[in-house]
Order: sequence, then structure tokens, then C-alpha cells
Amino acid sequence: MRDILAHPRSMFSGQLRWVLIAIFVVLAPLAMKELELLTNFGLITQVNRALIFVALAQGLNIVVGLAGLLDLGYAAFFAIGAYTFGLLTWPTHDIEMSFFLAIWICALVAAVFGIIIGAPTLRLRGDYLAIVTLAFGEIIPALVRNLGDFTLTFRGRVLIEDYNLTNGSQGLTPLGRPDFSFLENLFGLDEGALNVGVNPTFWYFAIVITSMIVLFSAIRLNNSRLGRAWKAIREDETAADFMGVDPIRTKLAAFAIGASFSGLAGAVYASMLGAIFPELFKFQVSIFLLIIVVLSGRGSIWGVLIGGIIIATFDGVFLAQVLPDIFNGEVLPEYDVQSLRWVFFGIGLIVIMIFRPQGLFPPKSIETKIVPPTVESAEGVQNS
Amino acid sequence: MSIILEAQGVSKAFGRLVAVDTLDYTIEANSINSIIGPNGAGKTTFFNVVTGYYKPTTGKVVFNQRNISGSRPNQLTRIGIARTFQTIRLFNNLTARENVLIGMHHRLKSGVFGDIFRPPAVRREEAKAHEEAGQLLDYVGLKGYEEHAAKSLPYGHQRRLEIARALATQPQLLLLDEPTAGMNPNETQDMILFIRKLRDERNLSILLIEHDMKVVMTISDKVTVLDYGKKISEGQPDEVQKDERVIEAYLGRRALEMLKK
Repeated sequence: MRDILAHPRSMFSGQLRWVLIAIFVVLAPLAMKELELLTNFGLITQVNRALIFVALAQGLNIVVGLAGLLDLGYAAFFAIGAYTFGLLTWPTHDIEMSFFLAIWICALVAAVFGIIIGAPTLRLRGDYLAIVTLAFGEIIPALVRNLGDFTLTFRGRVLIEDYNLTNGSQGLTPLGRPDFSFLENLFGLDEGALNVGVNPTFWYFAIVITSMIVLFSAIRLNNSRLGRAWKAIREDETAADFMGVDPIRTKLAAFAIGASFSGLAGAVYASMLGAIFPELFKFQVSIFLLIIVVLSGRGSIWGVLIGGIIIATFDGVFLAQVLPDIFNGEVLPEYDVQSLRWVFFGIGLIVIMIFRPQGLFPPKSIETKIVPPTVESAEGVQNS
Repeated sequence: MSIILEAQGVSKAFGRLVAVDTLDYTIEANSINSIIGPNGAGKTTFFNVVTGYYKPTTGKVVFNQRNISGSRPNQLTRIGIARTFQTIRLFNNLTARENVLIGMHHRLKSGVFGDIFRPPAVRREEAKAHEEAGQLLDYVGLKGYEEHAAKSLPYGHQRRLEIARALATQPQLLLLDEPTAGMNPNETQDMILFIRKLRDERNLSILLIEHDMKVVMTISDKVTVLDYGKKISEGQPDEVQKDERVIEAYLGRRALEMLKK
């Protein structure tokens, strides 16, 4: 069992594995629909939300797991992605950009913010960086809340007066949705036949594709020149500097790429909900993502994928629906069981830290503790 | 012989403590140079000035006719200065091969998009780097350990891995901070031969900090003695050994007087 936990990929091998995964991914929404009918619990929307959190957690995993930078305000980049999408597609702003273009701009804008935030703060190490990012995570929602009506003056001249950029705490709604009318025209379908709206099955596939883009990038980066440099910085920043790795540039890249994943996920999330509010990007979101990364295994991309799906679905289905259903029926009719949510995660964290501090699915190389003095290496130095 | 590195009146002060005091020092190309001195003499501080970790308080360091004082360590690695550490500082959770690949980081060209999409040029570059890392590990005697986590290697192997990683940066000047610390006599003997080999086969200039006098006197082309941040003696090993100031610094004035009687 431990082996399977440590190496979930070892269960199947080669192409068979990919075929099985593909079949599973395609059939999952059907199975979930049946389950929903059977149990009356919302499942697909929760899995969609879980997959968004997986994409977000992959970005955080690059910052925390690979580069070793403790970021407590990561939800800020989520907010930046979602609000950039909001600004680009909210009808009141008259831009109403296409979904397919806007999401990439959101990823780019988030990356730029990653660099803007990172440049002055990444000289800090450890705890100091955590505190600064924590503050940043608080600033962004506060800013969004207050940009609903702002006036900008420069040397006595009013440049912008009473401009409503973010619609304050009421949030932005409605937002742009993917428009497939070009396909309707192409195949001669009725107008509105491919109107996706809030259809959870459509969003399931849209989010699966988003997550796959993020996952692919993370896997490739993990095993590349930049990924190695991140890990070197995590292991020993000073030594990495002496070996020719520029710490500032490398950490900025981690912040920017982590933020861009978050920006992309935030944009898709905003479009799916069709409405965004500052409340969606509170400190708890940063902590929840951090819990996913730490419980799953810092630095493990497959671990964060699997752990993220489990933890976020557990949160959205079990803690938010099943548990209240059981308790509020008879046992504790007045009590809000949802308020125990953080108690569960707190206990989970403590248990994991004591019994499996590297996380449930740690990356492979951290597991190797073998020392087989097999090879003819003993005489290496004098021979060569 | 040409001079590869020249320190001109270099001082480094920490508050009122002057760790390195107006030191003049030169390293000739293709030579082995040792710095010795009692604990706290400023040897490691001087290392840290030469490798860019500290900016000298006064004076300057010239490497290949180029003023390098104030450059960052990674910039100096790029122009050919590499080092190892007194206490081993490997990337523990990375494999031996990955440790060496980090040393090549500044020579590889792939960017973010190259890393993600892996066009043929990036694939070739990575394959070549992996192969070269394997050769370097073989060169230092770590063949067969390529995929082992650095922290799982025995102590002596970790020291060699540090050298392989430093060599991967393709240095002209290699600084070794106590390379034989914690080694038994056999391992020490191996290391002596290995350091010579580095000079001869790889055309390296080497600067050593070393406490083991047998090592220092065996391999050095030049020995420099520091005490309280100042150079008190310099020359070939046998000259330095006889220098009264050196004996005084190590054993004290009383010992010197007793020796004279």
C-alpha cells in the first residue's frame, strides 16, 4: 500500500495507463451524473471547482514546492486572473473580449503582476517573504473592493473621476462565456445550439483541458533547465548562486509562471461562475491551496494533481454537503457543521506532519535513501 | 607565467573587526596555491571576497584583467571562478547528475518556452548536458552513482561530487575550501593526486585553504600564511616552513624562543 501511495504511477504501465486515464476522464461526468441523481448531492460542479483548485495548486507548487518560496498570498494572483477576465468581458466596460483570447491575456497579466510583486520582495528569505506575500494577498481584495468608485488626480488636475472599475463589493456580473457561434455557423446548427451557459458537463471538459495545459507545463518545467535551477534554489540558495544560477531571476521566473497558472485558472473560473466578488479570493483560499500542496507532497506534480482532486472534492462534497446532511437532520439541527471545515484540515495537517512530513505523494528523488556501494567507484580517484 | 587573479590591497571589515587587512595576492595561471593560517585568520573571508560573496571594503580584485570586485557570485561563475565549500553544500535532494547539471546551468541556453515545448535544439542540448554530466561524474570517480540523491552518498563521495559540480561550470580558477577535511590518510592521498591532476589535465589554477600541512607542503607551488587578516609569509613550501613569523603565529612566541635555544 505504501508503495502505491508513493508511486501512484506504478499501478499501470506504458500506453495502457494513458488509455485508461483517457477513458476514465471522458466517462467520469456520466458516472457523476448518475451519482448525483442517486444521492442528491452536487458532484460535477464540485469536481469542476476541485480541478480549478488543482490548476491553482500546480502554480503554487512551483513557487512553494519547487522553488521553496513560502507564498501566503497566492490567492492574489487568482484574483488578478479572475478580475482581469472580468474587466475584459463585463458588458459595462464595452470590451467584451472573446473568452479564448481573454484567458491568455489573464495569464499574462498575472505573470506580470508576479514579477512586479516579486522584484522588490524576492530578496527576502523564508519568513520575511511569507509575511510580505501575506500582506499582498490582503491588499489585492481590498483594492478590488475599493476600485468601484475612484477618482485620480494628478497635480490638481482630475484625470479620472468616479470611475467604476471593479464594481466594488457587489462584484462583476455577468461575465463572458465561450462563444461557439462560429461552429454553429460552420455546421449549420440552430442559433444557440452550442450555448454553453452554466452546463456543468461542458465546464468539466473546459476545465480538464485547462488543467491539462497547466499539468503539461508543470511536468515539462519540473524536468528542465529552469526546474533544476528552482530546486537548487530550494535546496541551498547560496550554493546555487556560486554555481552560476542567478537567484533573483530564477525566483522571479517561479513567481511569474506560478502566477500565470493562477491567472489562467482564475479566468476560466470567473467565466464558469459568470460572477466574481472580492470575497472569493480571501486569505482562506491561499491557505486552502497551501494545504493541498503540503498534504499532497511539496514538489510532486502528480501528487498535487491527485491530492488536489481528493482534498478539494472532499471539501466540496463531504464537508459541505454530506456532513451537514447527516448532522443537521437529527443530531445537531441548529449547528453549522461547515464551521468545522478548518478543524478537519488542521487535524489533517498535524497528522500528516507527524507521520508523513513529506506529504502523501512525495516526489520520487526525496524517497531514495539507499546507499548501494556496488560499483568500482572506490578506486575512482586514483585510477582516473 | 601569466597572472590570472590579482587582489590589490583588499580589506574586508565586519564592523570594527577587520577580517582581511589590505591583502595583496596574486595567482599565476596553472598553479596550485595554498592559504594557511590559524583559525580566524581570514582565509574563508578572503575566499568569499574572491568569489563575490562579499564586496571588499577597500581594494579591488582583478581576474583576467577585469575588475571583479562587487560582482555577484553567479556572475563570477560565468567568467570562470568556481568553488567548493568548507562544510559540504550539495543540493541534497537532487541526484548526483542533477547537481552537476546545475553547474552547467549558465552554459545552457533553453528558456521558459524552450523548457515547456522542447524543440529539437533543446532536446539535443539536454541530452548533451546529461552525457557530459555523466562523464564528469566518471572523472571524479562517481560512475554508477548518477541517479543517487546527493544526501545518500558517503562523505568522501559528497566531496568529490562538489568538485564535479564546480568543474561543470568550466572554471579557470578553482577554489577549494579544506578539500581533505574529515578524510582518512588514504583518501587524503587520493585527493592530493586528484588536485594535481586537475591542474595538469584541465589547465586549472587552484587556490586551496587547507589545515593538513602534509597536503599543503606536498602539492603547493606557493604557500601564503595569513594571521589576523594580514599576510605574514609567502613563498615556496620549504621557505614558509622555516619562516619564524609562521612558527610564532602557529605556536606562539614562547615556542619560538624555545626552538631557538
